[in-house]
Amino acid sequence: MELLIQLAIIAAKVIGLTFLIVLPLVPISVYFERRFSAIIQDRVGPNRVGIPLTLLGGKKDISFFGLVQPMADGLKLFLKEDFTPVHVRKAYFWLAPALVIVPSLITVCVVPFGSSIGFTGEEVKLVIADLDVGPLFVFAIASLSVYGITLAGWSSNSKYPFVGGVRSTAQMISYEIALGLSIIPVLLYYGDLNLSNIVEHQAKHGWLLLPLWGHDADHTLVSKLLFWIPAFIAFLIFTVSIFAETNRMPFDLPECETELVGGYHTEYSSMKFAMFFMGEYAAMVIGSAMIITLFLGGWSLGFGSDAFISGLAIGGFKIGGLIHLAIFMAKLVAFILFFILVRWTVPRFRYDQLMRLGWVIFFEAALINVFLAALVIAAPQLGTVITVVGAVLLVIVSAALLWVLRASEPKAAPNYGLLGSN
Amino acid sequence: MPVVKVKRPELAAGEKVYLGAIVKGFFITMKHAFDSLRGKTRGADTLKSSGLGATMQFPEQRWDDQMPEYYRGAPTLVTDEQGRERCVSCQLCEFICPPKAIRIEPGEIPNDDAWAKVEKRPKEFDIDMTRCIYCGMCEEVCPEQAIFLRKDYLITGGSRAEMVHDKKKLYEIGGVRVGLVNKWNELK
Repeated sequence: MELLIQLAIIAAKVIGLTFLIVLPLVPISVYFERRFSAIIQDRVGPNRVGIPLTLLGGKKDISFFGLVQPMADGLKLFLKEDFTPVHVRKAYFWLAPALVIVPSLITVCVVPFGSSIGFTGEEVKLVIADLDVGPLFVFAIASLSVYGITLAGWSSNSKYPFVGGVRSTAQMISYEIALGLSIIPVLLYYGDLNLSNIVEHQAKHGWLLLPLWGHDADHTLVSKLLFWIPAFIAFLIFTVSIFAETNRMPFDLPECETELVGGYHTEYSSMKFAMFFMGEYAAMVIGSAMIITLFLGGWSLGFGSDAFISGLAIGGFKIGGLIHLAIFMAKLVAFILFFILVRWTVPRFRYDQLMRLGWVIFFEAALINVFLAALVIAAPQLGTVITVVGAVLLVIVSAALLWVLRASEPKAAPNYGLLGSN
Repeated sequence: MPVVKVKRPELAAGEKVYLGAIVKGFFITMKHAFDSLRGKTRGADTLKSSGLGATMQFPEQRWDDQMPEYYRGAPTLVTDEQGRERCVSCQLCEFICPPKAIRIEPGEIPNDDAWAKVEKRPKEFDIDMTRCIYCGMCEEVCPEQAIFLRKDYLITGGSRAEMVHDKKKLYEIGGVRVGLVNKWNELK
């Protein structure tokens, strides 16, 4: 009986968090993408599709600002012909879309969506699997989705998808290292890999990027503000790497429409295409969730109000977790809007620029940042002399790296224009 | 003329970092977003914007009052002030029509009719609007000034048959044109 209840709770969490929260966020973010980009470009965007009451004899349609548009799009994709070209390698061609969407949905399971609900003593954490290796699990699984893209590109047996798939591979290699290294400072600071604990720590002692409350002897304001610098660098590198990881705009080289037709999904149609689409947006949702969880306080409202919210109860049933869930969703939507803003602001990087940014700049910056963070954390125990020596060393290493960066820059041949050919 | 070598501008350190430019870009896109939400997009007034961006939202808002005099919409048949159909079914328009959209079946006017002197009028006059290219040649060629391009542009239909305008429909859209040629009017 005990086991059955446990299983029921797990099933409820999986269904509730994956299918009622993350998957609906996909069409919602598609809708936001289209409306927000329209507004940025002085257009209107899809604002018509709603409930067609006139078909049922009503006077007027209800449009809900076009919120039903993604559903109409989904229906369209369902009803389209699922065409498999003859020249593809069928098994892999069919496998690839699943390999893109499944990793994104698996990573949902370690994201803490809220604190906990239930009766006192019988509380249920709003996270599917409370793993002690949270971020590592996310990296391990999320990077698998590249196989889907590469496989799609290769199995399509057609040149543009192939180039897209190869690009995706190279892009992953350039960014995965920076992605992993950039959060080492954060993990050093928390001393924990459990995402729920990390969020609870932030609720108590201030978000990593907003450490303004919950000071005590172990977490003084000065130390937290000092750590803000490496934390911000880590945030920057991590965010940019997540953009690359999710193939979002400045780094959407595997599918750039302007040069590769559609990239890796050129040969796909109907629901197989829709699965790539969903996988991409689900990855974006999970990426935003990771950034929020690690740097922006996860589900916590901040300013010391979280203990109060957690304690809220109706007739002994604690509902604080649901409020935290709402806060988390608000942050998530805000960050997705930021993703969209970036997409419609920053032009696509050229291929060599992307590799250079990954290998030459972010890799080194992340390494130095690890050093800096360790120094900031260890400074109170090390004493002044060693700290200063460490700081000097850090400066020397950074300067050396900068010098190497400059020296390794290819000398541009002087451009004489037409005169050069004379 | 001596050759002037133009030096390429060097990027300053701040420009090389690229982040500043990105932030600047965010401000530009957000400015556009706020402007279009407030209906203050550049050119929103002259483009008759709906209040969101520079876009006019069509079925509710129309451009009709802005149309120029020479706008070429649906070709139609017109009657004169006595209610006589101007068309004498000479079929010039049928033969000039580049996409062959017009089909006329001429008919005689019976002797007891008030306009028996005119002799002919169309029995059938169909314009296939799926073929019509709105070139206006029919209007130009018509010796009786019976066919005109009106400003109607919303020609829709659920089937091909619906898209063929017959004589009744053409007179309905066309209406009456007063005071053009009056060669059949003996009173004048």
